[in-house]
Amino acid sequence: MNDARDAAPMIRFAHVGMRYGIGPEILRDLTFAIAPCSFQFLTGPSGAGKSTLLKLIMLSLRPTRGVIEMYGSNVARMSETELTMVRRKTGVVFQEFRLLDHLTTFENVALPMRVQGRSEASYRPEVVELLQWVGLGDRMHVLPPVLSGGEKQRAAIARALIAKPEFLIADEPTGNVDPTLARRLLRLFVELHRLGTAIIIATHDYSLMEQFEARRMVLGGGRLNIEEPRP
Amino acid sequence: MRGGVREAAPSEASGAAGQARGAAPAPATAGLLRRQGSLVPQRSIAGRSLVMVIAIMTFLACLAAGAAYLVARAVNDWTSSIASEMTIEVRPMPGRDIEADVAAAAEAARKTSGVSEVKVYTRGESEALLQPWIGTGLDVTDLPIPRMITLAQEPHARPDTADLSRRLAALGPAASLDDHRAFISRLSTMANALIVVAVGIVVLVLAASALAVGFATRSAVALNHEVVEVLHLVGADDNFVAREFQRRFFALGIEGGALGAAAAAICYFIAGILSTKFASSAAADQMEAVFGSFRFGALGYVLIAAVAVTVAYSTSLVSRLTVKRRLRSMA
Repeated sequence: MNDARDAAPMIRFAHVGMRYGIGPEILRDLTFAIAPCSFQFLTGPSGAGKSTLLKLIMLSLRPTRGVIEMYGSNVARMSETELTMVRRKTGVVFQEFRLLDHLTTFENVALPMRVQGRSEASYRPEVVELLQWVGLGDRMHVLPPVLSGGEKQRAAIARALIAKPEFLIADEPTGNVDPTLARRLLRLFVELHRLGTAIIIATHDYSLMEQFEARRMVLGGGRLNIEEPRP
Repeated sequence: MRGGVREAAPSEASGAAGQARGAAPAPATAGLLRRQGSLVPQRSIAGRSLVMVIAIMTFLACLAAGAAYLVARAVNDWTSSIASEMTIEVRPMPGRDIEADVAAAAEAARKTSGVSEVKVYTRGESEALLQPWIGTGLDVTDLPIPRMITLAQEPHARPDTADLSRRLAALGPAASLDDHRAFISRLSTMANALIVVAVGIVVLVLAASALAVGFATRSAVALNHEVVEVLHLVGADDNFVAREFQRRFFALGIEGGALGAAAAAICYFIAGILSTKFASSAAADQMEAVFGSFRFGALGYVLIAAVAVTVAYSTSLVSRLTVKRRLRSMA
């Protein structure tokens, strides 16, 4: 993990601030870096700005001040093509799942492959295997509205993983699953991390964070405090 | 406690993790999956209404294009038949023998280069030409009826009309040459104006159709804002998103275009049958003489199909451009 922190950062925030409209600044002067193959939890009380920070990282929002660099390039100066390529390296698990209700579970999970222009035959085995692993093997033809909260969560995670991202963002990924499945999902994230994926998990769940020694990014009052893991 | 995952079972987790990072895929349960659905929900687009709008617009455009085609064909028929003939009119003058003047004019015409045939209308034939206007049973013996001589041109040769005019002038004011140029010119101008109006109507109808499609596309993008955002976040670029909308709108354009074109083709087909049925009447003969035949022909139906295809492709193109512009403004 120390080697990971020493490497050139995958993501770098420098004095980033964010406000919505003319409201107060939700995030103030955030400066941090996320290294390749690193693992971190993002935590803090409700309303601290975790989701806003994640949206900045997933290029869904632009900061009102400061500089965000991804893979060595300033995001503000990236072309549309470069932004798309960065997004393709990033898997996102949304807190509210954001599955497309008119597509089956299989089609939702396969979405990242489909937008890359790959044929269904080329990715079907991978999607089916991943769905079977997350326990949705018999639900792959079902539309999201008939899935339970836990099933939607697993489908959202499978969608984030299917394209083998270099960086995984998970917003409360265990919020809708039972403790056993939560541990199982955490093991999956840890295994992905060991195989080289950088991971950031936003969570309120301290018991989840207690299960794995990792860097903790704690948001409070719009500012970020980073707790490095004990050696 | 920290430093490792409790109750970790790496072998279980590593299966999916390995798969996610590039392990060999397992055999698929192929053949059970449905065909990939459209990424733009069908119910999010006012499809039925848009198809009806496109169908009506296509119908009107096809009618206008068909009318332009009929006029253009009629003008072509007129000009090709009229332009190959010239006429000499010999008027009765006091103190002159009209039969001698007619014979002299015919002789002058025969000597003119480029004239292949000269037909002299006898007095009886000239009187017959007036029958549609003055009726039958009227004694026209005392009327000063002009005599007509028609000249057929040799194919691909221009008669020396200046030479012929000089020869006729030598006969005095009784004979004059009419090569129909002024008539053809006025006829062409009028017909071309009609064609321009018809083409203008086609363009306006297509523009109105494009505006309707643009409005429907903007509405569809707004309704599918969530879908568009998810597509972007999973790595879709603007071209991919625009293509998805374009595909959906192209299908609607084909459906509406086909319906409108079919309706227009049926109208022209029925009009052709009716014109054939009433072809023997005098009114129909005069209409056909002026406006040409109402028979549409294969080329007319090809034109209608071309309008439908144009509508479908313009629908597709407009939706793509609209989506791309909306995405740029959203970004």
